[in-house]
Amino acid sequence: MIWNESNECMGREEMRGMQNRRLRATVEHVYHNSPFYRSKMQELGVTPMDIETIDDIVRLPFTVKTDLRDNYPFGLFSAPMSEIVRLHASSGTTGKPIVAGYTRKDLNTWSEVMARTFAAGGCTRNDIFQVAYGYGLFTGGLGAHYGAELLGASVIPVSSGNTEKQVQLMTDFGSTALCCTPSYALYLAEAIHEMGAQNKLKLKHGFFGAEPWTDEMRREIENKLNIKAYDIFGLTEVIGPGVSYSCESQYGMHINEDHFFPEIVDPVSLKPVVPGQVGELVLTTITKEGMPVLRYRTKDLTSLFYDECSCGRKFVRMRKIMGRSDDMLIIRGVNVFPSQIESVLLEFGETAPHYHLYVDRENNTDTFDVHVEVRPENFTDDMTSMLNLGKRIEARIASVVGIHAHVKLVEPRSIERSMGKAVRVTDKRKLY
Amino acid sequence: MIIKQLSIFLENRTGSLTGVTQLLGKAGINLSAFSLAESSDFGILRVILSDPEAARKLLTENGFTVTLSDVVCLFVPNTPGTLAEALQLLAQNNVAIDYMYAFAMKDDVARVVIRPDNINRCIEILQQSNLQLAKASEMYDF
Repeated sequence: MIWNESNECMGREEMRGMQNRRLRATVEHVYHNSPFYRSKMQELGVTPMDIETIDDIVRLPFTVKTDLRDNYPFGLFSAPMSEIVRLHASSGTTGKPIVAGYTRKDLNTWSEVMARTFAAGGCTRNDIFQVAYGYGLFTGGLGAHYGAELLGASVIPVSSGNTEKQVQLMTDFGSTALCCTPSYALYLAEAIHEMGAQNKLKLKHGFFGAEPWTDEMRREIENKLNIKAYDIFGLTEVIGPGVSYSCESQYGMHINEDHFFPEIVDPVSLKPVVPGQVGELVLTTITKEGMPVLRYRTKDLTSLFYDECSCGRKFVRMRKIMGRSDDMLIIRGVNVFPSQIESVLLEFGETAPHYHLYVDRENNTDTFDVHVEVRPENFTDDMTSMLNLGKRIEARIASVVGIHAHVKLVEPRSIERSMGKAVRVTDKRKLY
Repeated sequence: MIIKQLSIFLENRTGSLTGVTQLLGKAGINLSAFSLAESSDFGILRVILSDPEAARKLLTENGFTVTLSDVVCLFVPNTPGTLAEALQLLAQNNVAIDYMYAFAMKDDVARVVIRPDNINRCIEILQQSNLQLAKASEMYDF
């Protein structure tokens, strides 16, 4: 079901017209209500008069996470506190959290985009939603909650944790939709199997987000819980979950373009990339009042595609997040993301997903070595085929990334395992 | 007549051969023959040893990447032209050789380990021509 057909299926020209109007209004609003944005625009010599169409967005200043931290707590708000009806904050593992403020209209927008998300996953007012995202300052719980209520579904605000209780409610109340992080979904699935409750479930839909997950993980969740799993993407700085959502095609995520305008830029030059290329996702809110953001650099890497979707929605789609621009390497002038190398290695069944990238500089030329572990079960005694494996990986990297890497096959378990965030790159160049 | 050869993936760095041989030595596994194929980054050590299955288990448990493959071992008297004769037979019958290596014992008869593309055909051809092949037991245990 399509929740808001007139917007979600709006033709490109009409959408552009709407984006032109909404961007103009947003720029006007922040210029007159946010000292922060006014001074940023003045530094660039831009006034609201200069913004006529959505293409003029490139003249506006970028916003980054440190802007929010530096102006903690309310420095980026563009509405007086009397208009702000809700505050959320991201957990901020380093330093101060970042805070977002919502007006009544912003909350309505948020509920609307979440209702679209759930409708795109086949849910209706007849569904029973178990919201197992954390409730509180985190946007996940309340975001899903209000979206499901707007849809007209019955909502169980169970919040995160207490796995046994989750399973009990799921069976007793007959929950048909589950909202939580993908890793918690897998954890729950295992608990359900351990408790032998899998046959008592009525679960059909799952909406997962707030952390990166792979297609393999999606299939595993789908198999273990016997549901269809959908992606939700979002960030507190922009609105929370609901910036983009996957549909029945389960391929990419439709961006709610009538509220959030996406750009993809080169993380170094900050210039737009060639359409379809991978770069950093930049989002501008074009309807928000409480805390609109202009050209917010998400640091998330993805690409956009405008192909027609089988679901009928006309919103542009973004691919799954491929990594973070903070991890980017520049090798021989080419932007290389470790996640690109990882996806190539995953294509080859003969290698394990354990790798390490070494970058160095010899005679003023960058060297790029990819060490990857051989899977013991795929080792063959034949030197030629082992050498060919390395060459085939090198060719694939060259075609995906655009530069030559030297692939070195190494012994299993020779690459250091790390608990938590893996360190997969050693850059020995002394460039600074 | 099929002999189990153990192949071990080794990174090209100092000490990697020492590790394997020490491990086998401590377990009392004797090496009858070996050859090392190398590239700039890694090598494949191919060995014939007293207990291939035990060696495979031991090395796998210790984190090595190994595989067992089938080879034949041909006895070649130490006289000019005998090896050529055997190889010609195989070529005439379209049996290709992936690799081979030789070693000698005290008895003045060279042993040539052959890894052919079609091992059963290889054995058949050599035996029909009365060329002598080693039995597995002879190779594992001297």
